[in-house]
Amino acid sequence: MGSGHVHRLYRHAHSPVHALPPHTKLAAVLAFVVVVVSTPREAMWAFGAYAVLLGLVAYAARVPAGFLLGRLLIEVPFVAFAVLMPFVAEGERVEVLGLSLSVNGLWGAWNVLAKGTLGVAASVLLAATTELRELLLGLQRLRLPPLLVQIASFMIRYGDVITDEMRRMRIARESRGFEARGLRHWGVLAKSAGALFIRSYERGERVHLAMLSRGYAGSMPVIDEVTVSRAQWSYALALPSAALVVCVLGWVL
Amino acid sequence: MHVPDGFINAPVSAATAVVAAGAIAVSLRGARRELGSERAAPLAGLVAAFVFAVQMLNFPVAGGTSGHLLGGALAAILVGPYTGVLCVSVVLLMQAILFADGGLTALGVNITCMAIVTTVVAYVLFRGLVKVLPRTRRSVTAASFVAALVSVPASAIAFTLIYAIGGTADVSIGRVATAMVGVHLLIGLGEAVITALTVGAVLAVRPDLVYGARGLEQRLKLRVNGELVDAPDTGPVPVPAAARSRRTVWIAGLMTSLVLAGFVSFYASADPDGLERVAADHGIAERAEEHAAADSPLADYGVKDVEGARLSGGLAGVIGVGLTVVAGTGVFWVVRRRRSGETSDAAPPVNKPSDPDTDTAPPANKHAGADTDV
Amino acid sequence: MTASLEVSGLAFAYPDGHQALFGVGFSIARGERVALLGPNGAGKTTLVLHLNGILTGGTGTVTVAGLPVGKRYMAEIRRRVGIVFQDPDDQLFMPTVREDVAFGPAAAGLRGQELEERVDRALALVGMAGFKDRPPHHLSFGQRRRVAVATVLAMEPEILVLDEPSSNLDPASRRELADILRSLDVTVLMVTHDLPYALELCPRALILSDGVIAADGPTADLLADDALMRAHRLELPFGFDPRSVAATPDRP
Repeated sequence: MGSGHVHRLYRHAHSPVHALPPHTKLAAVLAFVVVVVSTPREAMWAFGAYAVLLGLVAYAARVPAGFLLGRLLIEVPFVAFAVLMPFVAEGERVEVLGLSLSVNGLWGAWNVLAKGTLGVAASVLLAATTELRELLLGLQRLRLPPLLVQIASFMIRYGDVITDEMRRMRIARESRGFEARGLRHWGVLAKSAGALFIRSYERGERVHLAMLSRGYAGSMPVIDEVTVSRAQWSYALALPSAALVVCVLGWVL
Repeated sequence: MHVPDGFINAPVSAATAVVAAGAIAVSLRGARRELGSERAAPLAGLVAAFVFAVQMLNFPVAGGTSGHLLGGALAAILVGPYTGVLCVSVVLLMQAILFADGGLTALGVNITCMAIVTTVVAYVLFRGLVKVLPRTRRSVTAASFVAALVSVPASAIAFTLIYAIGGTADVSIGRVATAMVGVHLLIGLGEAVITALTVGAVLAVRPDLVYGARGLEQRLKLRVNGELVDAPDTGPVPVPAAARSRRTVWIAGLMTSLVLAGFVSFYASADPDGLERVAADHGIAERAEEHAAADSPLADYGVKDVEGARLSGGLAGVIGVGLTVVAGTGVFWVVRRRRSGETSDAAPPVNKPSDPDTDTAPPANKHAGADTDV
Repeated sequence: MTASLEVSGLAFAYPDGHQALFGVGFSIARGERVALLGPNGAGKTTLVLHLNGILTGGTGTVTVAGLPVGKRYMAEIRRRVGIVFQDPDDQLFMPTVREDVAFGPAAAGLRGQELEERVDRALALVGMAGFKDRPPHHLSFGQRRRVAVATVLAMEPEILVLDEPSSNLDPASRRELADILRSLDVTVLMVTHDLPYALELCPRALILSDGVIAADGPTADLLADDALMRAHRLELPFGFDPRSVAATPDRP
């Protein structure tokens, strides 16, 4: 999770999806994922339908398939878990290619893989079409507590600054011939972490002073007031609505 | 260890989301007390950025592998439990939204396990140990070690519990627990070493910044005309008698929780299927049909899987310790707060988090200490 | 006409007992550009933090355009005294340049079109109008410092206080900033170690040493007084002779 990722996930483009207000997108993605998670795992076709829906969104957003698939790699640890599942799960077993596999485990693996992948894909689409700043605004408009949004925006603002300080400390260590190779070097690394904490905290104090100097009195001033049209909402919510139809069908059929 | 979507079923995800939201609401209020209401946003934001950055700091283990810090325990000890919960939660939220790391529906699960359980367990343990141990720096470091060590498997146990109730695959809970706790004990060991070393490093340079060690600082000495004089008191002085009695209470509390935990684990090992039964009753109820068709995953568990039984007993013991310490401390804090509220400021508690401004400000902490007018 | 800034008898000790100011007094007229010089640890930063009431509680008074600094007028004082801190990263805490510049005026209650115009004007003054929607950490150090100046200018302050404005700037950025500062029609107090920069920009200088104002006079005269300079640990760069540049044409 290098600092570069913050910017790498976002793909600049002008598409209808990019143009949507961020909070409608956030709400849509959340609703979509909730619908996906609530779908019974036996309705395999439903997951195919979800994938098609996401594919349509990706097409509309001009996000290339390769990019989307590449980002799915973040799931890998859980794929490993899913692969293990049929071997360790309980219950009725079937013989596949000479291996004894649990039916339940197979279902469980499928369940985790399908839902997890769809969830990651939806999140990647959100991140790819929404700038950092917009995401924060979206969270704010979704009525996340203001303090939480402020903490998040300070974290985003200073994440790079602090990562950079950390990098400089590493370079300073290495230029003096130190290279962390094993447990013996943890003390030095921890000292760096401690120094990093002190720097971060002291910077927080200075930022606070700078804020006070410009009239901060405990709450962030309102700078942008955005109104959202009904059309934009309905546009954004098309995805979860379609998914909901699929989900209901999945339960009924 | 970010849980993706689909790992935990929808109802349980929703329930953990409610738990997480509640804890965050409480923490928002608490963080304002820990940091001062105006300073809360910038300071917590910077600490969140620190947690985020430090998760990228790789600690080489051996043979090319390396680990990194999770940071829950560290944040709790350095900036206080409420701020710690907030910072780690924000980091998790941002990871989910920005990097698709951890599912959106699993955010409640992730925050509960990794932000709330780690921080609270670590802080309660840390505080308890600091009270009991002699008031030295080494004790603080040792307490951080233990707190971080326990916090990681505690988080794994919390996850296992959630999985037991709302897991979507029928892997025996004993096995999930073995895997989770086994792996996380190792991770916890690394976390413990790093946390203790880091806390030690901060303690050596700016002890005033270590939230969990406030009240342990030595009185400032000033040189006036060649003589050393005590600095004028700006902070509350702990009354020795009260401190001793409080310490007794802490020791008693820890002992009680250990005894209780032992009892719980005995009870649990007598009924090893407790967790699984919970799972069968609640989480998988909606798929009862399917279960009727398949062999019950619990049917012969108690007989065959003896190892699992012992393990779940031990597990429950650890959970017991955690829960009892948390509950006991909660009651203790409430009672003490009320009492200190009644007697106004006659004997202010040592670790009262509400007024950082009145702490004795050491030389380096100039701005913070002086900024009382705003 | 009232002075922009009036400080008298200011003394202050930190809660740990360390005393930083021992009765500082000076006055700056409207439109003046004054340099505040002094060695490390002289109390410069402490003094600056008194100017907008972040530090209070000592003795003495600070008056900004006739308003005493104190709890009563705090919001107004903070609007009128614009402090540009040394590290622009501390000052630029919002996610985009525009929001950062808008922070101060918005906190003062400005909204909508008026706010937008204020932001545009401030950014135009420092030549950063084209960077409105950029995140601050994507800018160069010199650009960040200029935006930091803009964040303060957007509040239309009575007096601009700059803490080490030339530190870490390359010669070109340094000159650009000097041009900007000269073009502004505002009272300036510049805290600096950079003596040539002080001479270039400020006709008048104060020397703060050991918590008191040790000297107050034309910058060129102070810098030419070798004994005074030595006594307060102020050193000119090698080969720099203040007498040779004292008659630069751009000085007002």
